[in-house]
Amino acid sequence: MKRIDLHLLGPLVALIALVILGALLNSAFLAPANITNVLARSAFIGIIAVGMTFVITAGGLDLSVGSMAAFLAGVTIIAMNAALPGVGENWGTILIGMGVAILGGIIAGTVNGLLITKARIEPFIVTLGTMGIFRSLVTWLADGGTLSLEYGLRTLYRPVYYGGIGWITWPIIVFAIVAILGEWTMRHSRFGRHVEAIGSNDRVARYSAIDVNRVKLLTYLLLGLLVGLATVLYVPRLGSASGSTGVLWELEAIAAVIIGGTALKGGRGRVWGTVIGVLILSLIDNILNLADLVSPYLNGAIQGVIIVLAVVLQREKRTAEER
Amino acid sequence: MKRRTLMKATALALSLGMVSGAALAQDDKVVIGVSIPSATHGFMGGLNWHAQDTITRLGEAYPNIEFVLSTAGDAAKQVNDIEDMMATRNIDGLVVLPFESEPLTAPVAAVKDAGKFVTVVDRGLSQEGIEDLYVAGDNAAFGRVAGQYFRDNLEAGSKIVVLRGIPTTLDNERVEAFQAALEGSDVEILDMQHGNWNRDDAFTVMQDYLSKYPEIDAVWAADDDMAIGVLEAISAAGRNEEMWVIGGAGMKEIVQRIMDKDPQLPVNVTYPPALISSAIEMTALNFVSNAPMTGRFIIGSQLITPENAENFFYPDSPF
Repeated sequence: MKRIDLHLLGPLVALIALVILGALLNSAFLAPANITNVLARSAFIGIIAVGMTFVITAGGLDLSVGSMAAFLAGVTIIAMNAALPGVGENWGTILIGMGVAILGGIIAGTVNGLLITKARIEPFIVTLGTMGIFRSLVTWLADGGTLSLEYGLRTLYRPVYYGGIGWITWPIIVFAIVAILGEWTMRHSRFGRHVEAIGSNDRVARYSAIDVNRVKLLTYLLLGLLVGLATVLYVPRLGSASGSTGVLWELEAIAAVIIGGTALKGGRGRVWGTVIGVLILSLIDNILNLADLVSPYLNGAIQGVIIVLAVVLQREKRTAEER
Repeated sequence: MKRRTLMKATALALSLGMVSGAALAQDDKVVIGVSIPSATHGFMGGLNWHAQDTITRLGEAYPNIEFVLSTAGDAAKQVNDIEDMMATRNIDGLVVLPFESEPLTAPVAAVKDAGKFVTVVDRGLSQEGIEDLYVAGDNAAFGRVAGQYFRDNLEAGSKIVVLRGIPTTLDNERVEAFQAALEGSDVEILDMQHGNWNRDDAFTVMQDYLSKYPEIDAVWAADDDMAIGVLEAISAAGRNEEMWVIGGAGMKEIVQRIMDKDPQLPVNVTYPPALISSAIEMTALNFVSNAPMTGRFIIGSQLITPENAENFFYPDSPF
């Protein structure tokens, strides 16, 4: 084993420790039903966080993903309700909805990407702006209330979240596929290498004949596409969207990426680390709900401590190595 | 959207004012400012809708009253809105639902000191005696009515779980009254966690309750948005037969299911978002009639049952 593997395994060790802690605190923790719940819940943030890994690795940032998910969910529901009379209550309507979500995600991601690469505005500012825009748009579309999918369509669409192969539900399967493809792309494709090169030093990358703007644009497009995919899985869960959908998802996704060992300043991306980061975040929530360890008022504080600890542990190991 | 409706209402009020003509002198014009939080969740969405609806209706009924509506996403923005209303619109009356009590107290007191009529809605200011009129729902009754129903309709030894809202004094009042109503009965509260009046959060918390407790007889979801998430989690676990759920605030979808006698949703407790309508209407009456409109007006929380559900059903409201 090379020495470098030790600190790479940090997040994994934290995850295993959490699983052991959970199992000791409550026997229901390892029941298949609970594992399915936690994994399926993680899928939305997880799928988004895989895309976020690419954006952050290329030195960017996207704060708009939570609002974008809410907006896409709203538009998807409106599209399906509108298509219902023409197409009827069948999978055709649902496929239209899925298409709208994915296409909408690609468009939204491209808009973010173009504003950042062509208009040369800081990603933080662009996506802070679009975050507000998407959030307002969904509230406006819902007239301040909640957009709900027609009952018949919901019943038909429901299995996309709750169904699957045995206890492995569709969101878990999709999350796994996205994670594997993401890991492969980051490690073994030219696109992945370009993303890392741009994140470490975009001037050098430009001199090396990498089309920096195109690659950056593609990372935002990819993230938008994955937000659309997460929406496709989110809508059947509750069949509704409102102004309070997806609040703070962007920060959870960014936190998961950083816990997983991707550098916030870019240049080093770890998709599998992101997956572990997402699982750590969901498990903390789950364990706090199952265990009555602390007053519910303190749940946020516990999460904060664990996030900071996870990053501190990695950092100490890294500096020790550099010395 | 909001602004447009408002402008329509104002334009209508203006044109009506011109038509009805000479009887109304220009200085009889009354401007009432309405400042409420923006529609960030179901209940506030309903409240926004009722506010706009009332303003349109009153604008037609009283052509000499002009309304200025603003919605704010946080307390600081709301303070700015109120200051703008004072500075640029010269309001005669203010209807305000404070985003938070503490930061809004001084700005609203300043409005009062300028000699304006002040109506405070739902969330009290942190200092007493500022407002002329206080209109609010009854949070203690909201918890008590629900608690009473659990007490009367559960057998001894039953186990229930509770979902709480966003940690606030309002939530504390409700939960304390709920616990007080159950005191001395044999109903056991297994757990109380925060679902933050949010469907997704409530879904997650309920899934974890279901993993944790093999026996749950009833759920106090304390809010209809949370009830939707809770019901979905229960049905995904296939435990629909085992427990019933009580939400709160009277969302139209839930009221509909109570009308349809859904065994999983036997009743609901009101906390009407239309309380903003009472507040705006009473403030308007203060300017157009001699009826005394000062004091405290507390709107009780009622039990919605399949028998009376029709009275609480607003199909046009988004909530």
